[in-house]
Amino acid sequence: MATLTTDPIQVYKRPVGLTEVHSHYCPGCTHGISHRLIAEVLDEMGLREKTIGVAPVGCSVFAYKYLNTDYVEAAHGRAPAMATGIKRVRPENIVYTYQGDGDLASIGMAEIMHAAGRGENITVIFINNAIYGMTGGQMAPTTLPGMKTTSSPKGRDVEMAGFPIKMSEILATMQGSSYIVRRSLHDPAYIRKSKKAIRKAFETQVRGMGFSLVELLSTCPTNWKVTPYEALQFVEDSMIPVFPLGDFKVHPEIAKLKV
Amino acid sequence: MPVKGWIEVNDLYCKGCELCITACPVDVIQLDYSRLTPKGYHPAMLKSDGCTGCGICAVICPDAAITVYREPKKAKVPTA
Amino acid sequence: MTKKLLKGNHALAEAAVRAGCEGFFGYPITPSTEFLEYMSSRMPELGRAFVQAESEVAAINMVYGAACAGKRTMTASSSPGVSLMMEGLSYIAGTEVPAVLVNVMRGGPGLGNIAPSQGDYNQMVKGGGHGDYFPIVIAPASVQESIDYTMLAFDLADKYRTLVYVIVDGNIGQMMEPAEMPPMREIPTEAPDWAVTGAEGRDPIALSSIYIDPYDEEVTNLRLLKKKLEIEKNEVIFKEFFMEDAEIVIIGFGTAGRISLSAVREAREQGIKVGLIRPITLFPFPFERIAEAAEQAKSFLVVEMNTGMMLDDIQVAVKGKIPVEFYGRLGGVTPFPDEILSEINRINENPPTDPNLDARADWVKRLEKAIEGSN
Repeated sequence: MATLTTDPIQVYKRPVGLTEVHSHYCPGCTHGISHRLIAEVLDEMGLREKTIGVAPVGCSVFAYKYLNTDYVEAAHGRAPAMATGIKRVRPENIVYTYQGDGDLASIGMAEIMHAAGRGENITVIFINNAIYGMTGGQMAPTTLPGMKTTSSPKGRDVEMAGFPIKMSEILATMQGSSYIVRRSLHDPAYIRKSKKAIRKAFETQVRGMGFSLVELLSTCPTNWKVTPYEALQFVEDSMIPVFPLGDFKVHPEIAKLKV
Repeated sequence: MPVKGWIEVNDLYCKGCELCITACPVDVIQLDYSRLTPKGYHPAMLKSDGCTGCGICAVICPDAAITVYREPKKAKVPTA
Repeated sequence: MTKKLLKGNHALAEAAVRAGCEGFFGYPITPSTEFLEYMSSRMPELGRAFVQAESEVAAINMVYGAACAGKRTMTASSSPGVSLMMEGLSYIAGTEVPAVLVNVMRGGPGLGNIAPSQGDYNQMVKGGGHGDYFPIVIAPASVQESIDYTMLAFDLADKYRTLVYVIVDGNIGQMMEPAEMPPMREIPTEAPDWAVTGAEGRDPIALSSIYIDPYDEEVTNLRLLKKKLEIEKNEVIFKEFFMEDAEIVIIGFGTAGRISLSAVREAREQGIKVGLIRPITLFPFPFERIAEAAEQAKSFLVVEMNTGMMLDDIQVAVKGKIPVEFYGRLGGVTPFPDEILSEINRINENPPTDPNLDARADWVKRLEKAIEGSN
């Protein structure tokens, strides 16, 4: 009996949807994971050449360098407005924004709320890492109570600085929303679930069913001043209790979908 | 016999963040302290046999630096 | 084509539609609201995009998006709304995508009032937003000009990949005049090659105003400057009246220019050698023509509905060769032709001789008296 060897099976390789560029993100930053998931989903859905991304201001300001699709770069917080402009004149394209918590939940609060309110047929990938990364670790609208940042050095005092804003819960109340979920990037199993959510969000847009958003709990090892691994643990131990994972609004048609 | 697999880590992308090391279920990854990537990081590498090609390291990798391979199951070919 | 009685704001809006505007994004504000109202029915009727945005901030960023997508797009607003748009306008300028803004100016600063004003001259002509950039600024003085120059605005925006501002005041936005509408233009089927359309069969395009390396930003600023110089060479528009033998030259834009023309006509009937230059493009400014006129005339009278913003530009062109006088009404007050006529008479009777005359200080005294007298 002879054996016949065939070529090795490639279990995983870098998606075509990512450019062949070294990213500027700090080691262990989960922005890279969410970029990769978007790229994988667009590749799998065959949408890469139809997609126009809208980059935010913040750490992911250079998202357009890493995602292998057409991209525009918005002003701080205005990505949903810019995406609206693009989608309304090019409804045949897939349009999504990629926004951090400062961008989406602070300066861009009006734009995100009204995009959802209008049921704008766009997809939003919302990165919540509870801090302003690019400017060096200031308090974000999503910073946890008691969490130390450079602008809340003694920890976020809710008497002075209020409470974290829970965007998914808020956006789920908008009639124009069709798919609003929160997932996490702190563990491989959760990352797989995040990818499914991103897929469903884009499926929502493909079906013309209105506003879709995936909130991804993410890390910022550098500004949290912990190792990348400790940062993942912080998400699990401290962030998830404040920002519970789950489906906040899922249109029945999308719920039926197997991805 | 467990499935035999291996990984290739691309120096262009790897930043030595160690997340693959913490995620690997069979503990076969370590940083390669004998060399640096062009950006100055010690990249991840396989340290021993035992990789099953499960791909979990690639799932957690923030920089899509890891390609995962698995050896195909040996096909039995009837002798003539 | 026959002339029809058209309202300024409606005429501006229909002209934009006929120029091929495929996306209108706006927010209600007096005295430009009819523009938005008109577009809210007209654009969907043609299958084109219309969004009443949540704010002017959002509106201009929708314009930014549509512009990046390679479609003719615009917004219309009024002074306080335009202030809110400054962020987005600066980004549009930095990204070098074409877009048109109509500003129906009103009295300010702050909330001011809703009366016609030209107080946004500096904001519009000198940039307004952050950074080095140079929007084209066109100031029509009638409903017909509003139509014609809105069409031109879209062409210039595309030609130079730049912002074009059409600025009128509430008078022109609100007035009804007979005017002729040009035929509907065809919408191009192909997107421009710089636009984001989805990277089908080509490398991805990224449109951005970010140049993180200062040397790259310097190259960009230089490119914008060279574009400015090119525009200055090619696109100056003005109108002039009774200039052949004019010794007194009035200079005014928009409504102020139009009212001045009535005064100039009357003064001519009285035999006064007075002419009028009415700049239509405020950027590029007709510096050359103004300088030429300063060789011919004995004095200038600049008429504006602000504190003399264009006056500064006129003085740059005149270079102290002849005395320049100023007459302005402020805060939403529109001057009457007889006010300007009496200024012409005053200058005719007592011609100024000092080329270094402080036009503004002189005028302040006269205006204060006039305000006292009218109370």
